Amino acid sequence: MVNMAVILCGIAMPNPVIAASGTFGFGEDFARLYDINCLGSFSMKGTTLSAREGNPTPRIAECASGMLNAVGLQNPGIDKVISEELPKIGEFYHRPVMANVSGFSVDEYAEICRRLDGQAQVGWIELNISCPNVHGGGLAFGTSPHSAAQVTRAARRATVKPLIVKLSPNVTDIVEVARACEAEGADGLSLINTLLGMRLDLKTRRPVLRNITGGLSGPAVFPVALRMIYQVYQGVRVPLVGIGGISSAKDVLEMMLAGATAVQVGSANLVNPYACRDIIKALPDAMADYGIKNLNDLIGGAH
Amino acid sequence: MKQCVYLIEENEQIAQNTYRIVFSGDTSAFTAPGQFLNLEVSGLYLRRPFSVCEWEKGHVSIVYKVVGAGTQKMSTFKRGREVDVLTGLGKGFDTENSGPRPLLIGGGAGVPPLMMLCKMLLAQKKQPTVAVGFGSAGEAFFQDAFRNLGVPVSIATMDGSLGAKGMVLDACRMDACTYFYACGPIAMLKAVCAASCSDGQVSLEERMGCGFGACMGCTVITQRGPKRVCTEGPVFDKGELVW
Repeated sequence: MVNMAVILCGIAMPNPVIAASGTFGFGEDFARLYDINCLGSFSMKGTTLSAREGNPTPRIAECASGMLNAVGLQNPGIDKVISEELPKIGEFYHRPVMANVSGFSVDEYAEICRRLDGQAQVGWIELNISCPNVHGGGLAFGTSPHSAAQVTRAARRATVKPLIVKLSPNVTDIVEVARACEAEGADGLSLINTLLGMRLDLKTRRPVLRNITGGLSGPAVFPVALRMIYQVYQGVRVPLVGIGGISSAKDVLEMMLAGATAVQVGSANLVNPYACRDIIKALPDAMADYGIKNLNDLIGGAH
Repeated sequence: MKQCVYLIEENEQIAQNTYRIVFSGDTSAFTAPGQFLNLEVSGLYLRRPFSVCEWEKGHVSIVYKVVGAGTQKMSTFKRGREVDVLTGLGKGFDTENSGPRPLLIGGGAGVPPLMMLCKMLLAQKKQPTVAVGFGSAGEAFFQDAFRNLGVPVSIATMDGSLGAKGMVLDACRMDACTYFYACGPIAMLKAVCAASCSDGQVSLEERMGCGFGACMGCTVITQRGPKRVCTEGPVFDKGELVW
């Protein structure tokens, strides 16, 4: 018997695999395919104070071992998430979910956290200060330690729930931003959000994406994410959630060795709707292959 | 939706740059013409979505035009190859509201899903008419297959090498149309909707990430807010679209 259970910011999870925000909707489409109670958890579609239609299409482009997206935080808004999505989730998912939130001002972040504070099924709040596809929101707060600290401070005052700040890789020094969030009371950090990229269409000679740029994800970014988890692990004490191109049980082990307590699986869900379930199923054998009895013994083991 | 492994039975060229694949495998997830499948192409990260041309128990076909890396690779697929496919995706054409004499309008790679639709309408004792448009005579396909069903077919080509010269609208009488189904390039769909005085359904195309509703990559703005082409579509009522 191997032990896959981990504790993330005080909340026990049967395994470290969380479906990443923006690749899992509000869980419903996947719950129709398999019993998603096998997941460690899932992070809900990034939610803003008001409903958003998102960016114009095309929003998707492909590249070697990955993809670009410029969805632009399309979501029904916090009130509908609370009144419609969370009750629906309660019918098919019986563990704490992660609520991923985004705002266009510090006050908006705080207000969303306040409204989520009383929601029983919300385990963690994941502050998205790193969306590269929305102007004036998201990434604008994640690129400087000062603004990242401001958002974290305001959110910290607005909720008693475990607060995880989702960091952007599009910065000069991610450790500096991580430390600033930790100092303002973040209970954990998740990284990385997507890397800013673009593609051009040789026939039209124009960008493939209507938004011009988009966020790169998929196996292509795994080494970047791993490197950043490794670096941030050395700079902070709070637990880390490793995100970026994870698509196998071995990727999970590698990310935990670098310092992650849990991981998020994102783009892999889009090409294989059963990716999270398959990775969780494969974990015990992968652990056995490397003589790992307890996943907790692995966290940060590479340091 | 159902994930399946399909076996390629045939992959033949049917027109210039245009191929037809017949798969064998589980077709139980398909419920309506106009639905699509999402095909894994080894070596490429994202799956490739294709409207289903026809299906029957155990067999399904698609017709695709070679336009990029994915379709280029697919054109080399040999009989006997196995491919991973997400099947039964999207909401297809509804044949309930067609009336007795619907017009089926297809442009280029948008023609294939009209084949299954046409056969279903005929099975319902309706009298469909078909209008199709292509770039040139060399790119045209299915005009004889429709005629063999006993359906009147009009054709337009951009270069005038077959049928009327111009767009598909130059080959059909929208003023006499009581209900239409359309699938083709977005400019064609907009023109058809603008020229029609009747109700109808259009099948939209959009770049997709997942094809099953998770990524929000293929959103279209409708009268009822943003909808996913892959899940609430690809077929929408003319009145739903904001053009």
